[in-house]
Amino acid sequence: MKQVMTGNTAAAWGVRLARVDVIATYPITPQTTIMEKLAEWVEKGEFPAQYIQTESEHSSLAACIAAASVGARTYTATSSHGLALMHELLLWASGARLPVVLTDVNRALAPPWNIWTDHIDTVAERDTGCLQLYCESNQEVLDMMLFAYRVAEDRQVLLPMMVIEDAFVLSHTSEIVDVPSQEIVDQYLPKFEPEFRLDPSEPFGLGSVAMPDQFMEFRYRASLAMDRAPEVIRKALGEFERAFGRSYGGLIEEYRCEDAEVALVVAGSAASTAKAVADELRREGHRVGVARLRVFRPFPVEEIRALGKRISTLGVLERAYAFGPNGAFTTEIKGALLGLLAPPRVKNYIAGLGGRDIRPEEIRRMFLDLERVSQAGLDREVEWVGVQGLRWAEGIP
Amino acid sequence: MTRKTIPEPEYVLPGHSACPGCGGTLAIRYMLKALGPEVIIAVPACCWAIVPGYWPQCALRVPVHYNAFEATGAAIAGLRAGLDALGRKGVTVVGFAGDGGTVDIGLQALSHSAVRNVDAIYVMYDNEAYMNTGVQHSGETPIGAWTTTTPVPGATLRAREPKKDIIAILAAHQIPYAATVSVGFPEDFVKKVQKAQRVKGLKFIHALTPCPAGWRFDSSKTIQVAKLAVDCGLFPLYEVENGRWIISRKTIHHTLDAYLKVQGRYGRTPPEIVQLIQQQIDAHWQRLLALEAFTAAGAPGSAPAPTPPPSGAAVDSRLAQDAAP
Amino acid sequence: MPVGYEEMPEAPGTTASTEEVQTGLWRTLRPVIDYAKCTKCLLCWKFCPDGVIAVLEDSRPEIDLYHCKGCGICANECPPKCIAMVREEEP
Repeated sequence: MKQVMTGNTAAAWGVRLARVDVIATYPITPQTTIMEKLAEWVEKGEFPAQYIQTESEHSSLAACIAAASVGARTYTATSSHGLALMHELLLWASGARLPVVLTDVNRALAPPWNIWTDHIDTVAERDTGCLQLYCESNQEVLDMMLFAYRVAEDRQVLLPMMVIEDAFVLSHTSEIVDVPSQEIVDQYLPKFEPEFRLDPSEPFGLGSVAMPDQFMEFRYRASLAMDRAPEVIRKALGEFERAFGRSYGGLIEEYRCEDAEVALVVAGSAASTAKAVADELRREGHRVGVARLRVFRPFPVEEIRALGKRISTLGVLERAYAFGPNGAFTTEIKGALLGLLAPPRVKNYIAGLGGRDIRPEEIRRMFLDLERVSQAGLDREVEWVGVQGLRWAEGIP
Repeated sequence: MTRKTIPEPEYVLPGHSACPGCGGTLAIRYMLKALGPEVIIAVPACCWAIVPGYWPQCALRVPVHYNAFEATGAAIAGLRAGLDALGRKGVTVVGFAGDGGTVDIGLQALSHSAVRNVDAIYVMYDNEAYMNTGVQHSGETPIGAWTTTTPVPGATLRAREPKKDIIAILAAHQIPYAATVSVGFPEDFVKKVQKAQRVKGLKFIHALTPCPAGWRFDSSKTIQVAKLAVDCGLFPLYEVENGRWIISRKTIHHTLDAYLKVQGRYGRTPPEIVQLIQQQIDAHWQRLLALEAFTAAGAPGSAPAPTPPPSGAAVDSRLAQDAAP
Repeated sequence: MPVGYEEMPEAPGTTASTEEVQTGLWRTLRPVIDYAKCTKCLLCWKFCPDGVIAVLEDSRPEIDLYHCKGCGICANECPPKCIAMVREEEP
């Protein structure tokens, strides 16, 4: 049924429809309206979940991990510093192979304090083994919550997963969202059947000590799960389309890339702006495309390589500064492209940090700049866009 | 005359790597004898996260959820919520953690589960330092004790920090049951743990578990030391049951000196610190006796805590104003 | 014996007991019970941290020397002092 709702309400609907057993959360802007909506439903008796408001995000994820270890389907939501505080436990969940699912609302880290869109919180967790999926719309947020449980709980995966939405642009902005019926969701997402669970009838210890002669094998098995994850995701997306009638493409959503000369890789809500700008440029005769990065973990190596074989110049628009010579996405994209005989040129644009609006004119300049790069060669690897007092892409109107 | 004054079944298998004479091992042995096998225990980083063995081996015949250091309080909340959500009844949720992992890094999560009255038993086995990492000072290290980070007792203010009164902290959270136990008194230990198991809500057991390696005494003396600690008055045995303080054992049988001289960690403690320890013991007993009298049935401090309104009820703040005297 | 990755479980859950570990090798002192003096009070059974004292049918305690670490608590706590701690090198 179509309703008008914010991204946070959409996330909450995803949790409710997924019949989550245990919710443990702690307030942080701009996630709070998710936990508030869930609290309202639970207290009114509309959603029979165990609801724990903890005293920190670390405890939220610790409670979810414990509940998952006895076989419950679990959920938490956070943002920014909350996700950073969960860092060690994201590694714990993936090491213990527990499919905890969480929503992260992308927000900058302090100082200075800033509650608006920035991808650094999730980018900084790329080494934890927690799968990452970036959403462009409130519909996608709801849909991907259901999808996340399906993928994370798959016996071939068994890793935690985060569904990611931009602060305020999605979390607090209303869009039309089609809320599926519980019946269809129940068919797509069956009850959680854990591979293992703690119970007095079959005692074992989960997460004890492993000496150097037996530790690596556990990580190797987790790496095999990460290797299997892209195929599990592709299949689950296909099944999602059949069940709900909505397609999301794949790990990357290609928009007008079939015959594009240059393409902009971008994650999150800025992709919508990029697509609108691409349409405008196409009308003017430019062959441009947008490759929306949906899944960052597992990294879509095959999809990036396929794109790189067709496109001469790739721009990577990153909404995070990770203190490296290239941004996090750019570094991994370049790594994936290294396997190609004639890899495309890659230019990294850093924009929109701390909620700075990424304007259509700026994206237009990026596309034109990329066209120049494809003719004249790469002038510089990284361009900071929209910094007061800093000129960028000199020579482009 | 044969007497098994504590339950017979063993839930801790031999072959684990606890030090000979380990007090913590006695604590988990008595705890599980008291509780029986229908338990799931959460264990953070501490001696007993390592002692049960290296993968694939485990010395415990009950399920164990190993958790991050500071997370035991949250883990027991998650275990209970998961079991409740799945309709699994009759399982006792237990947290079994060391002193550092409880009163220092773990205090925040424990405080929250206490105030939420999570239905679980939390047993803190107190060897009075961070023993697993090599005897560093913790919030439960008593004054005057040598540790690797307070190597000259009396040299710095650290060595004069009081032992955190975790029972008082948790009594302030109004949990239904808290008690101190010592491995030197197994019957009392078992009785109190079983009492905790019968109560709903967050129950806390503070177990004194002498550590031969860290306290520097011969491994044969663990029980002797555990008894002396109680009988010289330093570690009183008592309970706080629904706000009522009840002392279990009152007679002082030994001098403080008898307790201190058995342990190498007090070998270089200056006399003025020993005096301070005795003063602390006396002050603590005064407080305990006063609390016992004040909270006894019929006494002014015996009023029960107000019961919270049923869940789902909207509480109108104007009503609260009208009700105030 | 380390196990190949294919034989391992997906998650780090334990699958075996510690009983095969011969912690008795740790000992330098071995407890020896003089059953003539033993009153079968079972304090040794009660206070053994590793739980390696079994109670026989006739209520005598029996120490499992495969696992006993030789801590000496049983000897220290025995009321009639019928447990001697003997050096391992001695028979």
